[in-house]
Amino acid sequence: MTTMAVPRIVSARVHHDDSHTLDRYLATRGYEGLKKALAMTPEAVAREVDEANLLGRGGAGFPAGRKWSMMRKNPTTYLVINGDESEPATFKDHLLVENDPHQIIEGAVIAAYALQVSQIFIYLRGEFALGLERLQSALNEAYAYGAVGHDIFSSGFSIDVVVHPGAGAYVCGEETALLESLEGKRGFPRIKPPNFPAAVGIYGEPTIVNNVETLSNVPWIILNGGAAFAALGEGSSTGTRLFALAGRVRNPGVYELEMVKNTFSDLINDPALGGGLFPGRELKAFIPGGVSAPWFFPEHLDLPLGQEQVDAAGSMLGSGSVVVMDDQTCVVRASWRITRFFHRESCGQCTPCREGSGWLEKILERIEIGQGRREDLDLLLDACDNISPGLTWPPQQTTICVLGPSIPSSITSAISRFRDDFLAHITLGRCPHV
Amino acid sequence: MSASSPVSLTRRSGAPASFTPTHLHPEVLDRARKLIALYPEPRSALIPLCHLAQGQDGWLTPEAMIDIAGLVGVTPSEVLGTASFYDMFHLEPVGKYVVSLCTNIACLLRGALELLEHAEDSLGVKSGGTTEDQLITLEEAECLAGCDRAPCVQVNSRYVEATTPETFDHLVADLRAGRRSAEIPAHGTLIRVQRTVGLAADRDEIARQRAAMAEAEARRAATDGTAS
Ligand SMILES: Cc1cc2nc3c(=O)[nH]c(=O)nc-3n(C[C@H](O)[C@H](O)[C@H](O)COP(=O)(O)O)c2cc1C
Ligand code: SF4
Ligand code: FES
Repeated sequence: MTTMAVPRIVSARVHHDDSHTLDRYLATRGYEGLKKALAMTPEAVAREVDEANLLGRGGAGFPAGRKWSMMRKNPTTYLVINGDESEPATFKDHLLVENDPHQIIEGAVIAAYALQVSQIFIYLRGEFALGLERLQSALNEAYAYGAVGHDIFSSGFSIDVVVHPGAGAYVCGEETALLESLEGKRGFPRIKPPNFPAAVGIYGEPTIVNNVETLSNVPWIILNGGAAFAALGEGSSTGTRLFALAGRVRNPGVYELEMVKNTFSDLINDPALGGGLFPGRELKAFIPGGVSAPWFFPEHLDLPLGQEQVDAAGSMLGSGSVVVMDDQTCVVRASWRITRFFHRESCGQCTPCREGSGWLEKILERIEIGQGRREDLDLLLDACDNISPGLTWPPQQTTICVLGPSIPSSITSAISRFRDDFLAHITLGRCPHV
Repeated sequence: MSASSPVSLTRRSGAPASFTPTHLHPEVLDRARKLIALYPEPRSALIPLCHLAQGQDGWLTPEAMIDIAGLVGVTPSEVLGTASFYDMFHLEPVGKYVVSLCTNIACLLRGALELLEHAEDSLGVKSGGTTEDQLITLEEAECLAGCDRAPCVQVNSRYVEATTPETFDHLVADLRAGRRSAEIPAHGTLIRVQRTVGLAADRDEIARQRAAMAEAEARRAATDGTAS
């Protein structure tokens, strides 16, 4: 159990009422990482991040240092921070945006220095009204303090940061859709290759896209060294991660935990964390990394919260959100709701995603309301197979982005484990659990 | 559309000199022009400008879209084509308060469908509808990234406490009585905090700095090479 002191890196100051202000930030070592970085060479800064083995916290888990080293050399380049956070049940960047906006700005400016980019854009989902206001206020303070803008801290380094609101579209979290959106267009993901952002990004120029939490780790890494970060966690899962816990659990919330050192059971059951299920309830299933991830079951509770461990067990840590379902949960309804989400949010460019999600939603709805047929289970799996042939994990890609191949996850998980629940809906005409 | 039309299709140059906005108010226009100046290409300001226009009118009107098109240098249909992709832009009038109730997975597991049913009954409208007094539009939402306060409710993109039928009714009573107007501006107003400085780092200056850095890096690499 987690009796050890929890190391706090990105959520160190969020518990203060004024954690979003420059005063609090400066009182808690704010902008010291940036000062230190500006006295180093850009390559040395990038080396620290590389040594930290900071894995991207946006979903794909790609090492930030490696991504940075892949940026095509070009006179004009950009850094874009992904704060779109729309994966269902994911709400960890929300905490950082509202409660530690300066840390995001500091991390971004350090990254911009290491990468020598021309401008920084921070893209936040439009529904973060308070977050947008807090981040803009923090940015105004940071300009006045000299941490952003012309000749930062008299170092000779200059960079501008622009806060950009989205307008409600899940797919804009996908990095190439985000860039389209930032260019003032519909959020249509781009075909990769050639449009890997590090080679061909916004305005066709090389662009690094990093998640809010990823960059929030950077000031700490520079202050304490990449080796100190890499010493936390185990194997390739270094440092800490924010886990967003939600669903049928007593204390939903965002918890920062050292990678690998805790298990799913700790997160869900520890009194200082999730606090367990409601009295008398039993765990039925949980989703380990956002609704795109295949589900886990009680036998997975003792798996450590680490990227390799979860990958090896056939799912992913993804966006760091954990959703708990108990014995009163209707899994037919749960997978129907998740599928309806994908159908609504499909951008429509690829047939398997656009049409497949709609068919799956209709079939699931019919089972949910008691009008299903026995053949529907095979029909569901067949339609899933058309979206992602072979139903493997990680999925085969038939589409421009991975939104499409993520659709089968909840359906195949629910059917393979709870076939009887589906059959009961079909024969009884209602859910046996609610 | 001919090349001499007041609305130009050019991407980089932005608004042609001949374009005169007719709908956006002077202070909104002023903010719009400051926003456009922040981006390497004017079209990037399209979505922020749609938010500004929605703030002025409460919804995104055709007149505003014509102005936005002229300001960023695209056709009005391109503005409509983009705006219609995004859930937050309302292309028809909505209430002063848009109440968004999430029913996605984390909220579903905590009674969101039941709360939605209560909301529909007590407001007397279906999801997507507006109350007769034009005050409240009810919307079923996708995940609002507030899943620890499930079922999560926002009013005009501000998080509010309304997880039970009682607290929901309390919220509606507050909205009706105007008790939340300081905290929750009318629909459309998104970012009340204005940027205090424009771009502070001159683009030519940035280019010079980056070139100097690249040169220094090459020099360091060469020295490393001879040292090893
Ligand atoms: C459909 C879809 C939605 C995504 N949404 C987000 C998101 O909201 N935030 C995010 O950081 N990454 C999101 N991603 C992942 C991004 O494409 C990208 O991998 C990430 O921003 C890179 O940052 P990182 O390397 O720091 O994690 C999404 C990916 C897909 C396919
Ligand atoms: S997979 Fe779906 S969301 Fe992604 S590009 Fe294709 S249609 Fe759009
Ligand atoms: S699932 Fe409802 S706010 Fe996230």
